[in-house]
Amino acid sequence: MKGASLAHIVLVIAALAAVPLLTASNVVLNFLVVALLVALVGQGWNVLAGYGGQYSFGHAAFFGTGAYVTAILQMRYGVNAWIAFTLGIAGGALVGAAIGALAFRSGLRGSYFALVTLAFAEVLRILASVAPVTGAGVGILIALDLRPQAFQFQGRVPFYWIVLTLVAVSLLIVRLIEQSRFGAWLVAVRENEDAARAVGVDTARVKLAAMTISAAITAAGGGFYAQYFLFIDSGIAYGPWISIAALLAPIVGGIGTVFGPLLGALVVKTLGEIAKLVTGDAPGLDLVVYGGVLILVVAFAPQGIAGLLTSLRLRFARLRSSPPERAHG
Amino acid sequence: MAEPLLCLQHVCKRCGGLLAVDHVSLAVEVGRITALIGPNGAGKTTLFSIISGFLAPSEGRIFHRGTDITGMPPHLLARRGIARTFQIMQPFAGLTVHENIAIGAHLSRRSRAEALDAAADVASKVGLGQVLERPAASLTVAARKRLELARAVATNPELLLLDEVLAGLNPGEVAAMMPIIRHLAGRGITIVMIEHVMQAVISLAEHVFVLAEGRIITQGAPQEVVGNARVVEAYLGHGAAARLAAAGGTHV
Repeated sequence: MKGASLAHIVLVIAALAAVPLLTASNVVLNFLVVALLVALVGQGWNVLAGYGGQYSFGHAAFFGTGAYVTAILQMRYGVNAWIAFTLGIAGGALVGAAIGALAFRSGLRGSYFALVTLAFAEVLRILASVAPVTGAGVGILIALDLRPQAFQFQGRVPFYWIVLTLVAVSLLIVRLIEQSRFGAWLVAVRENEDAARAVGVDTARVKLAAMTISAAITAAGGGFYAQYFLFIDSGIAYGPWISIAALLAPIVGGIGTVFGPLLGALVVKTLGEIAKLVTGDAPGLDLVVYGGVLILVVAFAPQGIAGLLTSLRLRFARLRSSPPERAHG
Repeated sequence: MAEPLLCLQHVCKRCGGLLAVDHVSLAVEVGRITALIGPNGAGKTTLFSIISGFLAPSEGRIFHRGTDITGMPPHLLARRGIARTFQIMQPFAGLTVHENIAIGAHLSRRSRAEALDAAADVASKVGLGQVLERPAASLTVAARKRLELARAVATNPELLLLDEVLAGLNPGEVAAMMPIIRHLAGRGITIVMIEHVMQAVISLAEHVFVLAEGRIITQGAPQEVVGNARVVEAYLGHGAAARLAAAGGTHV
């Protein structure tokens, strides 16, 4: 059976969990926290686009909602940070369900769906930049309160564990989807909606469920961002940067695969850092690098790094197999 | 007389100014192979799309086991046991043959393993057992037709709507496909087939409806219908006889 096994997930997470035991470098840890955050956000996108074929350009809508709900509940209503974070995930899921219900009921597909998600994210960004509850143009600062109960920590290591746990959970969720009937239906919707309907798939409902799960995962990333950086504004929370990050990581890593977003996030972030080092941190240069990477991947490895690895493995296996076996194909 | 499995009453479909389906009433008896024939553009596929819920009729009602199913969406009809194949094959192109059929099998099976087992079983019955792990996109036309059939059969339908599953096949492939269809009917599946290959219609179908320009012009046992002057005219007028001969090698 293809796809990621449970053992693979345990192995990868264990390897990543060992990093803080090997290094205490803040630079390394900060890099990994951000990369894992992107992997988490990208995994959300991957559920909807990679498995369901519904390409969103507006995952910022869910990331931002997760971030704002987490921050606003704490600062305006005195809600505990962990509860606020959990409600942030729920809020993101709700926004996902609402946008999904509107878009899918109108029968939007392909680029129309992408444009509508982009529009929703932009509307939310503009609303957040003027509404008093979001701190309007000033943004929201989460008051420093370095206690675990407040989801704030002295060092970076606890944050690293938390984001790694979130990524691990997202990997398990996606694997669970891959192994389930819902996952089979979701892939069927991606491959051919009419054929899916003909064999009894309620395509509207499957897409809506995928969008809700996708939004929840991405919202978890938003809530984590708020706690890690303790500041958000409309440009950070609902800005296009995160929508781009959400789709770039899985596309580079391998769309519709369990490990694609994680792999892609690490590769993309590494390239971004190298570009910064080489050029002395010219502003916007990482974006240029990302654009270049995206073009290369789409042109030469449309299945991403994961697809590249699979085809290399197949080629290797074919080279090793004896000639009479080859005659079968 | 037993209640018909499927019953259409005065079904019409307007496409702009054209009446693509014009007051079609017909009844499909349980357990039979019924054929729907007619020249190109007669409205056969449109009628199938209406029955399977992909198009809403402009007028008329459709009953399944006495229940009004007019306007019911395709996935609910599939759950009621009405399955269809597509004339223009619609595989899940990026998936393997096995996965394609499993999606049909999932209709009545939640477990992935059970669906895959059932899919392998169906695949071997329709002669796709050897190509289970091949991507659907890599199949020949004949194999894709079988895949269409297998995916629909995997849903465990009681009524199977086959839209030209023999079209585009060479005589050898047609001959190989016919026992499969007969076997399905033998398992108790009621079959309605749109077909141009007359040899297959005559040997498989117990009842034939002839559709021309959206209307049922006649119906009956295949032998009678084929000799009917109006049918011959409907076909020959459109020059279909030559194409039939080429495709099936029959003498109409």
